[in-house]
Amino acid sequence: MTGPRIGEERGSPFSWPDGRGYFGLYGGQFVPETLVPALRELESTYESARDDSAFQEEYLRLLIDFAGRPTPLTFAERLTAHYGRGRVYLKREDLCHTGAHKINNTVGQILLALRSGKTRIIAETGAGQHGVATATVAAKMGLECCVYMGEDDVARQRLNVRRMEMLGATVVTVRSGSRTLKDATSEAIRDWVSNVEDTFYIIGSVVGPHPYPMMVRDFQSVIGRETSSQIQKKEGKAPDFLLACVGGGSNAIGLFHPFLGTRAVMTGVEAAGEGLDSLRHAATLTRGRPGVLHGSLSYLLQDANGQVQLAHSISAGLDYPGVGPEHSALKDSGRVRYVSVTDAEALEAARLISRLEGIIPALETAHALAYLKTLMNETRKDDVVVVSLSGRGDKDMETYSTHSR
Amino acid sequence: MNRLTAVLSFLRDRKKKALALFLTAGYPAGDSTPGLVLSLAGAGADIIEIGMPFSDPLADGPVIQQSSAVALENGVTIAGILDAVRTIRKTSPVPLVLMGYINPILSYGVERFFRDASSSGVDGVILPELTLEESVRFRDEFSRSGLSQILLVAPTTPSDRVTAIDEASGGFLYCVSTTGVTGSAGKGTPDEFLARVRKCATKNPVLVGFGISTAGEARHAALLSDGVIIGSALIRRLSQGEPIGSITAWVSSIRDALSAE
Repeated sequence: MTGPRIGEERGSPFSWPDGRGYFGLYGGQFVPETLVPALRELESTYESARDDSAFQEEYLRLLIDFAGRPTPLTFAERLTAHYGRGRVYLKREDLCHTGAHKINNTVGQILLALRSGKTRIIAETGAGQHGVATATVAAKMGLECCVYMGEDDVARQRLNVRRMEMLGATVVTVRSGSRTLKDATSEAIRDWVSNVEDTFYIIGSVVGPHPYPMMVRDFQSVIGRETSSQIQKKEGKAPDFLLACVGGGSNAIGLFHPFLGTRAVMTGVEAAGEGLDSLRHAATLTRGRPGVLHGSLSYLLQDANGQVQLAHSISAGLDYPGVGPEHSALKDSGRVRYVSVTDAEALEAARLISRLEGIIPALETAHALAYLKTLMNETRKDDVVVVSLSGRGDKDMETYSTHSR
Repeated sequence: MNRLTAVLSFLRDRKKKALALFLTAGYPAGDSTPGLVLSLAGAGADIIEIGMPFSDPLADGPVIQQSSAVALENGVTIAGILDAVRTIRKTSPVPLVLMGYINPILSYGVERFFRDASSSGVDGVILPELTLEESVRFRDEFSRSGLSQILLVAPTTPSDRVTAIDEASGGFLYCVSTTGVTGSAGKGTPDEFLARVRKCATKNPVLVGFGISTAGEARHAALLSDGVIIGSALIRRLSQGEPIGSITAWVSSIRDALSAE
């Protein structure tokens, strides 16, 4: 594996977060007092781990030998021909163990759990990819694991529920509120408040209180670092365009972060659900305004009274009314632009990529791919576009077949 | 000195323990709050905490989650809660503390919230998500409005931090008796923790909350503190449709237990 190691981009022009966990105006720690000492401990555990070469080596060894890194950067030949503009590459996170980028983060966090002597792991999950990735590393390390998942998601991502159970995790069905990722996260936080002494909470995206957004970003930045060296070898230059889907935003920040100091045009794609004007969407950065949910200040879908609005997306992984605070800061700074595509556009893109490239993408990923039809109009023949192929679509086959009828 | 600090120092001078009751605004019905507050104050509650419902109450257990969801369905907003406070103030000087989550306040406007809360007759604000570090955000508003900033300490809080939180607090120090969400059954009152808070927090009266539901538990917790806060146990009674006369009798029994020598 090449490129700098985790956490090394902190000295770049984009050296967020500050000492209080803020990315510009966003981030922070908004949690019950019970959790503050645990977050302090996590900050210091993470900082000492980051500076410890033995930890870095162990993390890289697991990424290589267990998670299957580095993942390929595949030239999408027929897709490129289809658009007839720039050259499209796919960063193949779908080929990671467990089928998505989520394992990059859970491998890192499980090592931190072991380092801090915690014996019980909890996690929230939407599509189930983070739940599976957490159950996987917990099994490997022999730790008890409990995953919170909304009732609606349990129904639409049944395969991942079975996988978690086979891996020995307990899946707790959350029936409150929206019965999706938002309430699964609230319930995981309540568990953590109640069991903070022996429990490590593995958050699955760049959300939550500091230091999670920073830590998860650092672990996911392996995506961008690998891409950087791979594209140099293939094209002899840095990418001109980067494209990724954004729910909480971990695969996007993982791809973008190492390139923030370059001239690459970066686009994050949110879920427009049934349309931005339908009120049934998950386009937090496009339609939300700043607010506090799940421990940090960031863009948030909310009503006029500051009550959190229900998100909607056909993709369980994007069906979240919040977004990582670093994305909020990147939006305000204009460094990254955020757009959205609808359920229908994502389904159409999933079919197109399956037929043209022989890759069935996850529904989340399909949102990024769907934006290509717009983005490619901006590109010239020799431009290089890298799309984060964040996960594979096995878990979504029921949805795909329902909608193809 | 606002009504809250006045009542607490009055009780302290007479070596009496404080009884604070929490209820969710707009629960069980949208217009229940003023009447309930007056009844509870009449039955012996020294302080009333009014919960401002939020869609995602992550520090709350199932009982208060449920009441918050119902209250939101009843259409409760911050503006409506402040109306209820003004109604209560027409007839009662009972100290009123608003408790809630940050986002609805950000949405209402922080300056506007503190100004309106103060002019409506609120005495203090408790925001469980607002850590000591983040509380600097609201420091100016608290001092300008004269509202007490009530911060929380938990069993996981180190001793020097308990002291720092006490220093930054006004009115009283909210001592979360167990590591858990509201209403969670603790493993008995953690006497050791309460004794530690007593030693480290010398500025404010210490009120103990979370998981206290009987007169016996209240009396025990009060032995090591300046009073107790009861929330979920009251909401549970309301949710079961218990008549108000029976609820006020229960409140009086707790008041008596706290006052017994």
